[in-house]
Amino acid sequence: MSTPILDASFALNVALLLMLVAIAFAVVRTRSLLAAILLMSVYSLASAAWLMVADAADVAFTEAVVGAGVSTIVLLGAILLARGETERVNWKLMIVPGVLAAVVGGVLIYAASGLPNYGDPASPANSHVGRAYLEATYRDIGAPNVVTAVLASYRGFDTLGETVVIFAACIGVALMLGFGSRATLAPPTEIPNDQHVVLRVVAKLLIPLIVLFAFYVQFHGDLGAGGGFQAGVIMAVAIILHALVFGLRATMAAVPVSLARSVAALGVVVYAGVGIVCIINGGGFLDYDYLFSPRVEAMIPANLLGDPNHVHHWGQHFGILFIEIGVLLTVSATIVTMFYGFAGRTIETIEAERRT
Amino acid sequence: MTWLASHFNYVVVVILMMAGLFIVFSSGNLIKRMIGLAMFQTSTGLFYITLSKVSGGTAAITLKADSETGRALAAPLDPAYVAQFGVDGVVYSNPLPHVLILTAIVVGVATLAVGLAIAVRVREAYGTVEADEIDALSRVAAEQAEPAP
Amino acid sequence: MILLEALYVAPPALTAQAPILAIVIPLLGACAAALAPSARTAWVISVAAAIFGAWMALAVAGEVMREGVLVYVLGGFNPPMGIALRIDAMGALMGLLIGGVGTLAAVFSGHSLVAEVRAEKHTLFQAGFLLCQAGLVGLVFTGDAFNAFVFLEVSSIGTYALVAVGEKRDRRALPAAFNYLIMGTVGATFYVIGVGFLYAATGTLNMADMAARLATLDQSTVVQAGFAFIIAGLGVKAAMFPLHGWLPGAYAGGPSLISVLLAATATKAAIYLMVRFMFEVFPQGSAFGQAFLTWGLAPLAAAGAIVCSIQAVFARELRRMIAFSSVAQVGFIFLGISLASADGLSASLFYMVAHGLMKATMFMALGALALNIGARRLDDFAGVAREAPWTAVAFAVGAASLVGTPLTMGFLAKWGLIEAAITSGQVWIAVVIAAGSVLTVIYVGRMIEVIFFRVPLPGAPRAKEAPIGVLAPLLVLAGLSIWFGLDASLPEQLAQAGAARLFEVRP
Repeated sequence: MSTPILDASFALNVALLLMLVAIAFAVVRTRSLLAAILLMSVYSLASAAWLMVADAADVAFTEAVVGAGVSTIVLLGAILLARGETERVNWKLMIVPGVLAAVVGGVLIYAASGLPNYGDPASPANSHVGRAYLEATYRDIGAPNVVTAVLASYRGFDTLGETVVIFAACIGVALMLGFGSRATLAPPTEIPNDQHVVLRVVAKLLIPLIVLFAFYVQFHGDLGAGGGFQAGVIMAVAIILHALVFGLRATMAAVPVSLARSVAALGVVVYAGVGIVCIINGGGFLDYDYLFSPRVEAMIPANLLGDPNHVHHWGQHFGILFIEIGVLLTVSATIVTMFYGFAGRTIETIEAERRT
Repeated sequence: MTWLASHFNYVVVVILMMAGLFIVFSSGNLIKRMIGLAMFQTSTGLFYITLSKVSGGTAAITLKADSETGRALAAPLDPAYVAQFGVDGVVYSNPLPHVLILTAIVVGVATLAVGLAIAVRVREAYGTVEADEIDALSRVAAEQAEPAP
Repeated sequence: MILLEALYVAPPALTAQAPILAIVIPLLGACAAALAPSARTAWVISVAAAIFGAWMALAVAGEVMREGVLVYVLGGFNPPMGIALRIDAMGALMGLLIGGVGTLAAVFSGHSLVAEVRAEKHTLFQAGFLLCQAGLVGLVFTGDAFNAFVFLEVSSIGTYALVAVGEKRDRRALPAAFNYLIMGTVGATFYVIGVGFLYAATGTLNMADMAARLATLDQSTVVQAGFAFIIAGLGVKAAMFPLHGWLPGAYAGGPSLISVLLAATATKAAIYLMVRFMFEVFPQGSAFGQAFLTWGLAPLAAAGAIVCSIQAVFARELRRMIAFSSVAQVGFIFLGISLASADGLSASLFYMVAHGLMKATMFMALGALALNIGARRLDDFAGVAREAPWTAVAFAVGAASLVGTPLTMGFLAKWGLIEAAITSGQVWIAVVIAAGSVLTVIYVGRMIEVIFFRVPLPGAPRAKEAPIGVLAPLLVLAGLSIWFGLDASLPEQLAQAGAARLFEVRP
């Protein structure tokens, strides 16, 4: 099937993919862990760029914040704690995996030859359910961002599962590393006051702006790219920036560990709670059309937005709003908790070593 | 040659997947293995997004066909193509894989965090993050007599 | 039987919502447990949520036996646009297994955690445990392929950390948990790749819709590759030979409670999903599918059964011995599945439940002993029966079921498998099962001999009988192996109904 326009975007697509391959080979070959982590950060950013070229705006956003942001933070925390700088290379260990990778790769490429062409609009994947979402979203939900509509409403149960996965990771990291609460007991590290003036001033300006941006991304998720996950990560980043500049103790005084824990669980409760409210009002789980009881629904004007032919789905609108808030709470609290876990343990280790 | 052009993406994605898998199984260093795992997982995402791209399409955020952006998008395309594959005059890419990969990215970073937390504890318990040294220490421990609880 | 039927009763409003409540209530329980002020409160929440979840699973089973297939649409959008839960007899049986074992494990956890997990981690442990429950029930109830992945990861991510927490008792739990995480994630990602191929071929993620579309497509390489990757990915999670490397370490290192869960439910849920894809999504009777079952699955399963039974015979640590035994038994289950007949599948499902119960009993008994002694090697368990007779008897019941002693569920399970193999004409499978059983007798014999017939070592720590809070769930589990050995109508009905529906002739 001939594809109408390929040149500019396809060339960009090829260029970015080749860049990814180059970075991947560099990661395979390098023996320095720090270099591997920084290369992965660039890899995520390049993936985000490729995702934009492939029209996946929300995914690019998420990959940039989560891949280049959170993954890098967590990896750096890990090598700091594990005191790993270089890996030891054992050539004998590479033979079997190399053969395995070649064989599996060969099978995959052979199978991929039957896959539809890149950009084919008539492929089964792009014509069946995927296309139905594009046609039905305005009628069923009314939000312009189809990806958010699918994520939060059509496949809302999947997103609940995803939120639970994040919560499970919060619990997992907390089980392993604790909450870093002992870090608050350590004596504050002495930093000469004039060394970090620039950082402190700029951070004080930036942190509120970052938080504001997080809220913007959160609430405009159904109008443009964005949503709960991206917003949650950005919010957590603001808190992590505070910790990096002002010290972990100061941040833990502002955002206590217990608050982070409670908020993480609260987010999941909000999400599942929306579903249960829908059941109580007579619908199925997460059926937002039943979010408001008929009494409440009657109090809201139906076509407030000026389009006489379109009845605005207030249940869908508020349902998506509430569950995205649940996602925001869990994601931001989890990332903060993970950071506290890694960073808190760093301080304990340094203090313990200083004492010995 | 045209096969390579239209399936180039799949070939590259497979190479990236195999690079990640190779790192996971050939490296002895626990942290490097997690990095390889992350690479393997994100390249799976690239595979799904490749399936979802529609030529001449745009991100799945509804716009009006007679707006400036809508007209700019439709200009280089054949009107019959837009009529057949577009929705209300604009061609979009398939949004479903985007949703799936959003989920997969998040699952990936959750796994990464838990895995690294376990690796940190391994380092504290064994003093090393290299798999062969850990194996040696474990074997020594297993052969010693059981201590009283 | 009338008594059990009475248990299916729940108020109609609740029954209508039972499928989703079985998932959501443990989930909310997990959130509550994470915030609980004390370990005791967390334990109470855990038991309450597990009991409620099990009750909902019973209600679902009752509905399924009345209606046939239960469909619960989520979000108000019918599939394939939305996600729906779809529960048939097979799924209901799995739900009962998960709910039942989960409840008994939750009761058991009250005392067991004190011995095996550091005190400050107990509340989070209970939260992780409930998340695992919610994830497993979601996995067996869902009708959407990608949703299955999400719930697979919900249950797995909790489990990785929960295994690692066993480091208080044995620091090898940590590298074992890491290995488990790596293998489990590679398996899950293979599954996602497979689903991607199937999505590329069919355009949908709902399993019933996929099945309908695949029936009309010819067997392209894309579909075959999708199938292969899905089976490979789930095979890792189910510890199919040779992808089972993570299992012995994880079972041996983790706290007893986690070994109970993993052995009884987590691997079985992965097998359940494999069966769904093999016989329901992928069209039956295809040459590729048949070739895979006869030349791929059956030989690997037979190899796993024999090789791992031999490894169990020579294992030195008791928990590793039981772990190798688990992989071998899973090999038997796959042999039954490879027969591709209703009899074979129903025998395999029955065996899954029997195996889940027997291994849960054995690991729980070891957990009861671990309250007082820290023994790992088999020889260090010498003469334990004298000091802890009830625990030892429960262990013996589980072991007897494993061997296939008459009057236990294990006997009916083995008999069912051998019968199915002979009726299908695959006598070699019956021979393999018999050979494996002989090996099982050898290593089980070693265990019983050490525990019952040896004199306790001088100077070794004395075992004690466990408190009633631990003994009660243990004896209930052991009792179930005997009850179902005498009256197997409940699991048998569900297993046969489930298998029959998958193999009925399609127009």
